[in-house]
Amino acid sequence: MEQTDYNRLGEKKYQLTLPNGMQVLLVPKTELSKTYAIFMTNYGAINRMFTPLGEEEIVEVPDGIAHFLEHKLFEKEDRDVFSDFLSQGASPNAFTSFTKTAYLFSTVENAYQNVNTLLDFVQEPYFSDESVEKEKGIISQEIHMYDDQADWQAFIGTIKNMFAHHPVRIDILGTDDTIDRITKEDLYTCYETFYHPSNMTLCIAGNFNEEEMAEVIKNNQAAKTFKASETIVRQFPEETKQVAMEEKTITLPVSTPKVTIGIKESSEVIGREEFLERDTLQHMLLDYFFSQGGPFYEELYEAGMIDDSFEFSTTVEESFGFSIISTNTQDTKACGSKMIDLLLQTRNKKLTDEDVRLMKKRYIGDVLTAMNAPESIAVQLAHYHFMDIDFFSILDYAESLTTEKVNQFLQQWIKEEALTMHRIEKE
Amino acid sequence: MEALREKKTERNGIHFHFIPTNKFKTVNMVIKCKTSLDKNTVTKRALLPYVLEKATQNYPNEKSLMKALDELYGADLAISGAKRGDSHVLTFRLEVANDKFLTHENNLIGEAFQLLHEILYKPYTEDGIFSEKIVEREKSNLKNNLVSVYDDKLAYANMRLIDHMCENERFSIHKNGYVEDLPDITAAALFEYYQQVLAEDDIDIYITGDIDTADLEAQAERIFHLQANPQHQMDKKESVPKHSPNTVVETQDIQQAKLHMGFRTDVTYEHPDYFALQVFNGMFGGFPSSKLFTEVREKESLAYYVASQVENYKGLLFVFSGIAPDSFRQTEKIIMQQKQAMDEGEFTEAETEEAKALLISGVKETLDNAQGIVEMFYERIVHGLKRTPEELIEGIAQVTKEDVKRVSEGVYLDTVYLLTSEEGEK
Repeated sequence: MEQTDYNRLGEKKYQLTLPNGMQVLLVPKTELSKTYAIFMTNYGAINRMFTPLGEEEIVEVPDGIAHFLEHKLFEKEDRDVFSDFLSQGASPNAFTSFTKTAYLFSTVENAYQNVNTLLDFVQEPYFSDESVEKEKGIISQEIHMYDDQADWQAFIGTIKNMFAHHPVRIDILGTDDTIDRITKEDLYTCYETFYHPSNMTLCIAGNFNEEEMAEVIKNNQAAKTFKASETIVRQFPEETKQVAMEEKTITLPVSTPKVTIGIKESSEVIGREEFLERDTLQHMLLDYFFSQGGPFYEELYEAGMIDDSFEFSTTVEESFGFSIISTNTQDTKACGSKMIDLLLQTRNKKLTDEDVRLMKKRYIGDVLTAMNAPESIAVQLAHYHFMDIDFFSILDYAESLTTEKVNQFLQQWIKEEALTMHRIEKE
Repeated sequence: MEALREKKTERNGIHFHFIPTNKFKTVNMVIKCKTSLDKNTVTKRALLPYVLEKATQNYPNEKSLMKALDELYGADLAISGAKRGDSHVLTFRLEVANDKFLTHENNLIGEAFQLLHEILYKPYTEDGIFSEKIVEREKSNLKNNLVSVYDDKLAYANMRLIDHMCENERFSIHKNGYVEDLPDITAAALFEYYQQVLAEDDIDIYITGDIDTADLEAQAERIFHLQANPQHQMDKKESVPKHSPNTVVETQDIQQAKLHMGFRTDVTYEHPDYFALQVFNGMFGGFPSSKLFTEVREKESLAYYVASQVENYKGLLFVFSGIAPDSFRQTEKIIMQQKQAMDEGEFTEAETEEAKALLISGVKETLDNAQGIVEMFYERIVHGLKRTPEELIEGIAQVTKEDVKRVSEGVYLDTVYLLTSEEGEK
């Protein structure tokens, strides 16, 4: 087991790779009561075309299947795994994103036993025709819940504006039609391919002993056999740097219109260095320009174009990346055009040492805050680990950024062809 | 679990609470200002956070205030208003990175403390009142916020249920105020009201993190001078005559119907059955092993989410669920059947013990979160109860199956609220 000390942060991390390929990251924090564990597979909604384990041909599976699979793993032949965790004092949960599916629990009791339960339930699937059918009603209500949320509609609408082909544009949950087509056999195909231990990372932070925990995990895995691992072939259609659509307007029964600007940040597979650079700089720059008191925020605020609903975020993944800026506003066209104007100005901006010094301070404070809770430590460690990046080292990376480097990134950041506007008008 | 200890001091009518712990890499400073919920002042109270966050005497615009926060490593400032039973609480929270984890820093906590004091006591003024421009601008911001609740169907349905259920009670006052009050609020009137808040509200200040209590106490003495004369508004309990349940149906152009049901428990913090009620709620609809989750979601596939939640200040319990518009009657019936099953004690000792263990874990987990710690310690002030987290855990541990059954029998349905589509209503 490899140990890394982060003296300044007062943290220690233990890392091991099991014979079956599973990656394990442990961060003991005995000052806490709770333990949080997350078991994550490098598989999400975008993986709709791939070569199944042991086969040669690419298959295409129905949209929403990664999320459907996440729901169904909790159900076993004789019981629901939720109750196993609850009776051991743990609260389980799971989520599916564009690129990952994760199973997790938090507990103050029986940490080791709950880790066994977590590994066992994810590694022992049981799907039946009957239970697959029953789940469709539940997921249909989950889909319709989002139908009524204008913010979500703006988010996915903007992604569809940006990406013409990349499957980030499909609905994570699927639609009533696509989930209706999902069969037990589809679930097993996806499961066998993407839930191989060599495609998974287990990350645990909280109150436990690292040696004891490592033993529990090793013993658990040693008792199971898996097929030989293969490199998974994931296929993505070609995607250009240009947005699919510069502008789109939809109508919904909302109280206030809404405009969203999308920046198509990347559209092809990027490496570790570029990932780290984009992840840090996109965050820092959006924060600098658009957070309260920032120069672009001020202009929009002074013009009376934005209110409290104004928000922005950036997403960096291996095969795609985007930033989103959105607000409720009376005149969506004027506000959206203004935001695009401001973004295009960044090409001619030059930040000073003082600007960069403050940007870095703010970013470092944010990362430290994310290190307050075992939940976010474990999730972030796992998230970055898939890109071979150490979450705890991000502070050092941010500190090492020079003004020159920031300006270099800034001046090539925004290109007109990569911007889109999505508007929601009142019905 | 190492017990958290709270060091309390009082200075000029303000209560300071220092809670040292090495669990966090940041320090949280929280100021709570509490008074009775009042329809006549609630919109002003709701507007105050918007105005106070914009500027102070030394940082006269948003840009300079944000720069000051950036210098403190992007310290997170949040001011908000909330309803706690019949009280309204303004919360000023500043979270700052702890010097200990940073090179080249040694007084971030002190500087942050000073800044928080400035935000509270030295707001930006022009001619002795708040800036007209800021107030007008933020009135429109608050108005947008009030209007947009319509777009969040879950929040909207919650609000409408309480509007109907508690129509004649103080609790129905909206914590974010009312659009119709806004035109009459001037910068002068708002400033005058804020002076009253500072003078008459109950003010409590919490600081938690890896802190030196003695040092912060000395700083508090240096920084906080103003005298507060809290009026200690204690509210009379409003009693509502029991009546047969009302059903209210509203329609909108929506895909998913929201079924929200309001029950009365008549059990609040100081009630002997308080602990049993928490266990009841977990078993009825609070946990994923609950009757509601198992029956409505897992067995009948009627909903993605269905849950119950207790309101412990007033003694209320809410059930909420998102369903297909045409399954209203079926879902309502199943929910009431689960309540009946709880009344009749159709659950095991083992299930009771499991719910208790989960609640106790929940308390311990809350104490691993800085804001959780502050809220848990502040809760005791709001109720005038001296219950420590350890006593809370002990109380839950004592609950028996019989207690849960008894408390269930005392919980009764008051109002059913359904937000549905036009077709769903037919």
